Amino acid sequence: MITAVVEERDYLHESYGIKSWLLTKDHKRIGLLYLHTITFFFFLGGIFATLIRVELLTPHGDLVTSDTYSKLFTLHGVMMIFFFMIPSIPASLGNFFLPMMIGAKDLAFPRINLLSWYLLLIGGCLAIYAMLAGGVDTGWTFYTPYSTSYSNSYVIATGLGIFIAGFSSILTGLNFIVTVHRMRAPGMTWFRLPLFVWSNYATALIQVLGTPVIAITLVLLICERVLHIGIFDPARGGDPVLFQHLFWFYSHPAVYIMVLPGMGVISELISTFSRKPVFGYKFVAFSSVAIAVLGFLVWGHHMFVSGQSVYAGLVFSFLSYFVAIPSAIKVFNWTATLYKGSISYATPMLYAFGFIGLFTIGGLTGLFVASLGVDVHVHDTYFVIAHFHYIMVGGTMMAYLGGLHYWWPKMTGRMYPEGFAKLSALTIFLGFNLTFFPQFILGYLGMPRRYHNYPDEFQVLHVMSTAGASVLAVGYLMPLIYFMWSLRYGKIAGPNPWGATGLEWQTSSPPPAHNFDETPVVTTEAYDYAALEAAKVG
Amino acid sequence: MPEHADSFKTYTLVFVTLLLLTGATTVVATIDLGPLNVVMALVIATVKMLLVALFFMHLRHSSILTKVVVGGGMLWLGILLVLSLSDFITRGWLPVPGK
Amino acid sequence: MDSHTETLALREQFETPGQQKEASTLGMWIFLVTEIMFFAGLFLAYSIYRREFAGVFAVASNTLDVVIGAVNTAVLLCSSYTMVLAVRAAQMGMRKALIVFLILTMVFGGIFLGVKAYEWNQKFEEHHVPGATFHLEGTTQQGPAQLFFSLYFTMTGLHALHMVVGMGIMLTLLLQAIAGRYTPDYYTPVDVGGLYWHFVDIVWIFLFPLLYLIGRHYH
Repeated sequence: MITAVVEERDYLHESYGIKSWLLTKDHKRIGLLYLHTITFFFFLGGIFATLIRVELLTPHGDLVTSDTYSKLFTLHGVMMIFFFMIPSIPASLGNFFLPMMIGAKDLAFPRINLLSWYLLLIGGCLAIYAMLAGGVDTGWTFYTPYSTSYSNSYVIATGLGIFIAGFSSILTGLNFIVTVHRMRAPGMTWFRLPLFVWSNYATALIQVLGTPVIAITLVLLICERVLHIGIFDPARGGDPVLFQHLFWFYSHPAVYIMVLPGMGVISELISTFSRKPVFGYKFVAFSSVAIAVLGFLVWGHHMFVSGQSVYAGLVFSFLSYFVAIPSAIKVFNWTATLYKGSISYATPMLYAFGFIGLFTIGGLTGLFVASLGVDVHVHDTYFVIAHFHYIMVGGTMMAYLGGLHYWWPKMTGRMYPEGFAKLSALTIFLGFNLTFFPQFILGYLGMPRRYHNYPDEFQVLHVMSTAGASVLAVGYLMPLIYFMWSLRYGKIAGPNPWGATGLEWQTSSPPPAHNFDETPVVTTEAYDYAALEAAKVG
Repeated sequence: MPEHADSFKTYTLVFVTLLLLTGATTVVATIDLGPLNVVMALVIATVKMLLVALFFMHLRHSSILTKVVVGGGMLWLGILLVLSLSDFITRGWLPVPGK
Repeated sequence: MDSHTETLALREQFETPGQQKEASTLGMWIFLVTEIMFFAGLFLAYSIYRREFAGVFAVASNTLDVVIGAVNTAVLLCSSYTMVLAVRAAQMGMRKALIVFLILTMVFGGIFLGVKAYEWNQKFEEHHVPGATFHLEGTTQQGPAQLFFSLYFTMTGLHALHMVVGMGIMLTLLLQAIAGRYTPDYYTPVDVGGLYWHFVDIVWIFLFPLLYLIGRHYH
């Protein structure tokens, strides 16, 4: 149902001026504010990645000193993980579409939503201050006692920045959980929800349960560094491994914060571009929650060689195999969705295919590192780096771009240029694989991570990786350019350019400020393409 | 519409019980029960927590969702403690070759 | 039943006041779960080090004044009692009682914090603050002894910080109550503020035995 343009202006045009954006309570505007912020941090993290890859072109540490190199990989990790990946999909696409998908006018707590964005900004500013003042060189993992007793870099400022950004994440999670429980439209039962909502809900559970632990960990880190309380200091009876337990209790589930929303996007894309309901909807929905829960039981697999007890390692290794199962179920179900589907190859679908392939590789290599015996050899090598980049970049980043392309017309009212988009998707896919596949081999051959000098015989693989990174960089810059171009020159999009199911597609593009003229009453199941087709024919 | 108002009498009873339990835990601590001392302390503290949660925080009149949320929180605290302690407790179990 | 107050308090994202109340309450409970996980890290550190340095921790714990600790625990329990009576008063529309109970809650909270400040000062004077001037009688393991006090100050300090925030919340509720904002149809902030206050009390319910009552039978 398209609203008359004269009576109610869309959310972008219902008020003007910087105050109407900086003090907005509209979840859609807040989603866009986040989109700008995370894009900034993505490219900032990308600059560090570029510097790393350029340094690694030659076997000697000749571009930067070792100390500077330590700062490069630390800042790459910190910026990318805490200020891009963790907020990314939930804060931008989730904020924008979760309320619409459930038929609500906004999130449960709009002012807290705005506060979340400001917290990310403040945390980000602290991290940028640390970067400009001299950087931090501990690795994004801040292992003690180096970070507490020996590093001469800006550990405290960075730690505080992450602490504050953590509260941004907690509040977003809290908001999403309450919204999904209490603000669904009449008829929108749990099992009629789009799977994107299920994924963001499961993610929110992790955010709420896990993030506070890294918050207290950072507090203790700072207290140790400033006040020498001794809690991680062996000289006082403290244990550095305690830090690792506390750190990874959050940071492992954090990787599921980073991938689950991407999986939610993929469910939407696969369904829309096969014009079929997702196969095994309930299995996919429950798998999201299973990943969230099981993800909390495996953190010790980051600590197999830390001095952790072998028996604990055994338990964590065993449990780590279980967490792969729900992810695999999702991959099988997405694939099954394609069977006898009416498949179209629009850009979002290309990203979805990329995700399924690359996430599968990343996930399978996760099983390698979950094995205690194998991990003893590949821990702290490029094998691990390749593993998580296949998931974070080959997985989440692809899903994020797929979602961005898919929902761009809804958010902006404009279509992006399909030809360029397909070209950039291909560029990204090729660049990605050229960058990271050689790293599996490098790691297997023994190339350690966080080193900027290496044996000459590794150079060929490093050069391939850097070449790939250059292609990847071009691939990422292209959407930046054509998305901005589309805002002025893109084709006007109608309410539902993809012919998709879902409440968000029943509003105008861009949507009105209050989402729906009247609260929708839901009577159909999710992804009911049969009904959609029937309505068209009949 | 006081959906979950308990009576003044109930609250007072709970309050007095809490005070008595505080006294009890203090007294029990002076008796040597060996490893049971810490168990008793935690048991009494848990009972006090339940009294505050169920009566003062109205948990016993709250929805199932609320109870699941609280239970989940306690469970997650348990996961952190149990799995982490499983490392520290089992550290000495495997003999180091040569020693 | 003041429907004017009712509609005034209804935020536009909600359909009904009932939905708003349920959302606010659920939101606070979830926030309290995040607080459980926040304190959890400290309880883990405490568990590990107490297990490893049981003897030293007992010696250190015995330097804390158990009477003051127990009395302070009682004071905090009093504040929870007056808090729940405040909520009940709001439910019943008893504005004056609500104001009185909120003030009493703040009084008890203030006493608790005052006693805490006194105790901390004692520790400063006895050289039990970790650092260059630290010394604990009765043990050679000065390092682990400092660990006990590091945990003591961190845990009671974080708790006290939460109490201070709680006092701020109480003050806000008090001012709103005086302004007549709460009725039997709308007293959600009092309810939800009470939940926070009780949670902070529960944290102390565990801190007291864990910090003050280790190895008290040695004497």
